[in-house]
Amino acid sequence: MQLFVFVCAAAMILVGAIGVIVRSHPVHAALSLILTLFGVAVLFVAQDAHFLAAVQVIVYAGAIVVLFLFVIMLLGVDKAEALRIDPVKVQRPLAAIVGLGLFGLVAAAIVRSRDSLVVRGRGIDIASGEAGHDSNIRQLANDLFSNHVFAFEVTSVLLVIAVVGTVLLARRPRSGSASDTSAGSK
Amino acid sequence: MLDLVWLIPALPLAGFLIVLLLGRKLGEPRAGYVATLMTASAFLVTVGVFIDLLSKTAEERSHVHTLFSWIPVGNLKVDLAFLADPLSITMALFVTGIGSLIHLYSIGYMHGDPKFSKFFLYLNLFVFSMLMLVLGENMLVTFLGWEGVGTCSYLLISFWHSRESAATAGKKAFVTNRVGDWGFMVAMFFTFQALGTLSYGPLNEAARDGGIAQSTATMIALMLFVGAVGKSAQLPLYLWLPDAMEGPTPVSALIHAATMVTAGVYLMVRTSPVLAIAAWHWAPWIVAGIGAATALYAAMVAVAQNDIKKVLAYSTVSQLGYMFLAVGSGAYVAAIFHMVTHAFFKALLFLGSGSVIHGMNSEQDMRRMGALRKVMPITGFTFIIGWLAIAGVPPFAGFWSKDEILLFAWNKSPILWVVGLVTALLTAYYMTRQVIMVFYGKARWNDHAEENGAHGDVHPHESPVTMLLPLVVLAGLSIVGGAIQLPFSHASKRLETWLEPVIETAESPLKTGSEDIKWILAGVAVAIGLIGISAAYMVYSKKKVKAIEPNLLANAWYYDKGVSALMGGPGRKSFDAVAWFDSHIIDGAVNGTGKLVQGVAGIVRKGQSGLVRTYAALIGVGAVAVIAWFVFRGVAQ
Amino acid sequence: MHLAVAAPTTTWYLVLASLLFAIGAVGVLVRRNPLVMFMCIELMLNAVNLTFVALARKLGDIGGQTTVFFVMVVAAAEVVVGLGIIVSILRRRPSATADDIAELKG
Repeated sequence: MQLFVFVCAAAMILVGAIGVIVRSHPVHAALSLILTLFGVAVLFVAQDAHFLAAVQVIVYAGAIVVLFLFVIMLLGVDKAEALRIDPVKVQRPLAAIVGLGLFGLVAAAIVRSRDSLVVRGRGIDIASGEAGHDSNIRQLANDLFSNHVFAFEVTSVLLVIAVVGTVLLARRPRSGSASDTSAGSK
Repeated sequence: MLDLVWLIPALPLAGFLIVLLLGRKLGEPRAGYVATLMTASAFLVTVGVFIDLLSKTAEERSHVHTLFSWIPVGNLKVDLAFLADPLSITMALFVTGIGSLIHLYSIGYMHGDPKFSKFFLYLNLFVFSMLMLVLGENMLVTFLGWEGVGTCSYLLISFWHSRESAATAGKKAFVTNRVGDWGFMVAMFFTFQALGTLSYGPLNEAARDGGIAQSTATMIALMLFVGAVGKSAQLPLYLWLPDAMEGPTPVSALIHAATMVTAGVYLMVRTSPVLAIAAWHWAPWIVAGIGAATALYAAMVAVAQNDIKKVLAYSTVSQLGYMFLAVGSGAYVAAIFHMVTHAFFKALLFLGSGSVIHGMNSEQDMRRMGALRKVMPITGFTFIIGWLAIAGVPPFAGFWSKDEILLFAWNKSPILWVVGLVTALLTAYYMTRQVIMVFYGKARWNDHAEENGAHGDVHPHESPVTMLLPLVVLAGLSIVGGAIQLPFSHASKRLETWLEPVIETAESPLKTGSEDIKWILAGVAVAIGLIGISAAYMVYSKKKVKAIEPNLLANAWYYDKGVSALMGGPGRKSFDAVAWFDSHIIDGAVNGTGKLVQGVAGIVRKGQSGLVRTYAALIGVGAVAVIAWFVFRGVAQ
Repeated sequence: MHLAVAAPTTTWYLVLASLLFAIGAVGVLVRRNPLVMFMCIELMLNAVNLTFVALARKLGDIGGQTTVFFVMVVAAAEVVVGLGIIVSILRRRPSATADDIAELKG
């Protein structure tokens, strides 16, 4: 059963990923991305990360990709990209090197060191916990708010800054203001 | 007094500085008096040191006075030190003595010249350099003086540098000397390599005790001789000396007769143990051979010269040849003796000719002179004394010294003796010719004076006292100068005893034991001299025999032209080749490196495309490489 | 029917994640449309998340999941800012691609 789940999820992930990089239409690429994200969420569940699976679907697939689509539609940049040839000739060979190199080397490292993974920590509990076990979300919350509370507060600041910054960035310049780009271009 | 030996070169140096700073203000003739005073004071100090040395025993007559450590670099430790011993003090005596007389003479001779004080500036600098040369305790101090006199010679020969021929002559002198200087430097390198020091004391000791390998000693001696050939105008580097007559006559007298040209002989005598004891048997033969050949060659050329100074120039080359003949024959005392007497009478002859030129309003061609004895009596009289001295007429100084040389030449080889004898004959001949042409016969001046290129109307007159006084003094010395080394008995051989501690081991013993040989040879020499004189008399005075002055000799065997052709033709081509090599290959390598860098940069520059994707790709490739390294490092472990 | 096959081990998850990561990297390098490049970056982030989660399970450490939580937060913030920039550029030049940054060089 587990194997079946894994294979299906892995198929979704890989098909979606390949789709993202080969589809010339950006909207198609965004939809492929959603497929990948769903696959990853399935695998999260299989790995007893229930909360994260939910967050993945809600935040990633539900918010981030939607945002992508908003931007694509808003700007009307949904033209298909000319993917036949690459104007920079050296680019594709280099990309091949990078891709193959990364995958090959990391996979080799993983396979070779699989026996050195040693259990430490208290263990992850399953949602249908017996007495004495915390549920996944409770365990995660415990860890988050005790060991990483400072980082948690900082990320909230980060989000505020990001929002404010983006609002400023994407504002249409008023006529005669210093952020008029014509003076600085070329 | 011995400790004041440093004062001897210091005084002319002070004179140089004073005239340098105040010369223009002092003006004529005070600048001249200052310079003369300085040189004369140096002479007095030298006399003091001389007396001091006399008071010591023969073994103690060697005093080294170190001023300071000059070059302490690694293994090379050279001090600025002076060596006061019989040889150096003898040289210093006549350098300062004759130098002072010539300074005095120059005050009158250079009267009216706009560069009056500059002349004395250079003269004092020259005397300083020459004194450094002879008083030096090691080869490097001597070399300092050696180069200094070369430089002053250049400055003084081209003193009237607005005249093209003078400027060229100065350059020629300097460049030819340089060729000889190379030899001196190589000798210094060999000495340092063999002994680790450049001082004469250790060098001569090592030569005596067998501390130098024979091949090294030969190299040192022959390289020093190369330097001497350049400085003392022997074949093949003599060509600068006749041209050097472009300089004012006092310069010719001081530098090219009495002092600078003798530096080569001094150097050979100073290092005599190296040549005589340590070097191979044939090395002194080279010295004697070149000396004899030069003597004969120059004497032949002098017979056909018409410029009053050129005759004396070739005569100097010839007499220097005699000195080297003596050195090669192992007669170091005779060489020094002849050097001293030659200084007296040659300086006298030059100064006398200067007086004639001065009186004849710068006329130098003997064919336009004649019967000047009546108009310039003192000049004529002193000149005649000089003539008798150089011709080898007893009891004048030249006879004793030349005779001594001929004796040792006979001792070495009869061939050398014959060459020396023929040269003596020619010497008597051309000097008599000169005396007759200048002072006797018909007055050929004023005949076609202006239209024949004379410098205006000629009214010959006697020279002022400042010029005549040195002439008289030198004439006196030429008469009695032989007394320092009379061959009659051991006691009368004063120069020999005086110089003994310096050169005794190098001096050749006379093979011929019989006293009679000495007198026979002397008699032959006198006879030859008289034959020469009478032959010249016949030709030039009585005009009974036609004069033989072939063009070959007048042009000095076309040697000068030959050298010019060689240097101008193949010489120039080889220089051009070297210059081409320098500019194309050496500079090319340097420039090529620059071009290479530029080229590579031009290629690498294209990598800066501004394309972010390429940058990202390259970052990715780099990351893959790093990961690969980590992975394979793990494999190796 | 129970097949006697192996259950997927941690290694499988990790290899899958590395494959996803490589695909994402290739996509970033090859695509020119800035929005699609951004999506490929999201692929890479997801690969990392998968790695963390798998290892958290294997090692029994909840810290892995906490890390994923933070990664997601930061990814969200990053997407917001990045899209803001893309909007402001593409509004003026709708056909801009990543290669056009080369015009900025001196």
